[in-house]
Amino acid sequence: MKRDFPLLENSNIVYLDSGATSQKPKQVIQAVQEFYNKYNANPHRGAYDLSAEATEIYENTRTKISEFINAKNREEIIFSKNATESLNLIAYSYGMGNLKEDDEVVISIMEHHSNLVPWQKVTKATGSKLKYMYINDQFELSNQEIETKITDKTKIVGIAHVSNALGTINNVKKIIEYAHKKGAIVIVDASQSISHMKIDVQELDCDFLVFSGHKMLAPLGIGVLYGKKEILDKMSPFLMGGDMIEYVYEQETTFAPLPNKFEAGTQNVEGVIGLGSAIEYIQKIGYDKIQEIEKNVILYARQELSKLEFMTLYLTPNEENHSGVISFNIKGVHPHDVASILNSMNICIRSGNHCAQPLMRFLNIDSTCRASFSFYNTKEDVDKLIEGLKKTYEMFKKYISI
Amino acid sequence: MEDLTEVYNELIMEHSMNSYNKKKLKEADYTEIGHNPNCGDEITLELKIDNNIIQDMAFTGHGCAISQASTSIMIDTLKGKTIIEAKEIIKTFIEMIKREIKDEDELKKLEDAIAFKNVSNMPARVKCALLAWHTVDDMLHDNK
Repeated sequence: MKRDFPLLENSNIVYLDSGATSQKPKQVIQAVQEFYNKYNANPHRGAYDLSAEATEIYENTRTKISEFINAKNREEIIFSKNATESLNLIAYSYGMGNLKEDDEVVISIMEHHSNLVPWQKVTKATGSKLKYMYINDQFELSNQEIETKITDKTKIVGIAHVSNALGTINNVKKIIEYAHKKGAIVIVDASQSISHMKIDVQELDCDFLVFSGHKMLAPLGIGVLYGKKEILDKMSPFLMGGDMIEYVYEQETTFAPLPNKFEAGTQNVEGVIGLGSAIEYIQKIGYDKIQEIEKNVILYARQELSKLEFMTLYLTPNEENHSGVISFNIKGVHPHDVASILNSMNICIRSGNHCAQPLMRFLNIDSTCRASFSFYNTKEDVDKLIEGLKKTYEMFKKYISI
Repeated sequence: MEDLTEVYNELIMEHSMNSYNKKKLKEADYTEIGHNPNCGDEITLELKIDNNIIQDMAFTGHGCAISQASTSIMIDTLKGKTIIEAKEIIKTFIEMIKREIKDEDELKKLEDAIAFKNVSNMPARVKCALLAWHTVDDMLHDNK
């Protein structure tokens, strides 16, 4: 599989940071290059053939994405910069427009700052409350926690499909069903799940779903917002400018219908093209195959990491509820030192708070090391990680005082 | 790996894991928090100054080996120096990490802090090494 990824093919690095951003296959790189070589023009603008072609490619990708996540309508797919922008769009447009005093927004303690900070801002501005669902000692949300925190007062629930800091797969189906029963809408942050598992928005029945392209083989700077048409239709635009309008007068403006209403200004067309190509690449391999490969590597990583007695793992014991990332610490050694030492062995892992400071505080730690996996990783990568961790521990052993 | 063992050497490891400078002063004249929001490292520096001389200094807080050791060794280096001398040393240390030193002889005044020279080859860790130095620099600036 690494053959398709020039950066991995042409270096000897062990890349274990796909949760931050994935590497890109040559098919995606070529698709972007081909766009500039053959089709570059501003979509929706020109009356000439080239612009019409650019429009066609751009809009065809929208259709491709709607089929990819099984949206009912293609105009339910809105292009954004990344998951963060998609979440801000929802918070500002839906949240600001619908939340009232005493309403509640419920999110989990494991949310990425992008699905947390906007809600602090919007709940403060509207006089509503922000509440948290906390994890249990298995790093999971219990049904009881879900059913205690989501109440008749809850209007919005925000939940990561997979935690970027823990790898826990949240039972979003259950959360959505329960929230709907209570009259709340649900936003699913699929940033960490979309590259690992098939997502069907109609089957999930989520009201919004967001993800970033760059974590699923596509270029940086392209993201997606899915929203149910009947909800998006009622929402006000988020960013104002070109291409999102219908009529503009000196003092008043009417807005374009979906999806253009939410796509102000010239869009990241190369990102859209790259995302389309990434989806084709994923479909060609197939999620079944991706899951088979990843499960094999992740189970092996879980097993080998568990053997190291000098480590703390922040990991659900339930394999079936785990995907993508493993967080850990060498007891008594700061994660940044671990990451630096692994770096000297050409092993790339993340260290820090993973944009999840409230989670770190809840776990009573400052930060963790995080290894995250993709289908291009192998058991050999895991072996090198284990070897690197052992060497790191050896370096620090005699100084550690716990 | 060569650079790395030079950075994670005996002196730095000892200071980072078991520093005698990690404590609270009985009577501090100045207290300042240094914070690295990207990595969460946080130190609190305490300073006692009499007659323009740094009489005592200590730190508390948490962070990686490099930030902790850099803080501790900085305290050893600056204690007993006049404010003017201290500012000179701080400037030299920052220049060393940023690879702006032209005359290697200047590094002598850094004493043990010269141990961090190779951090200049680890761009991801420059901030860790500089945290305490920037913090004390601000403190000395504030009280001329």
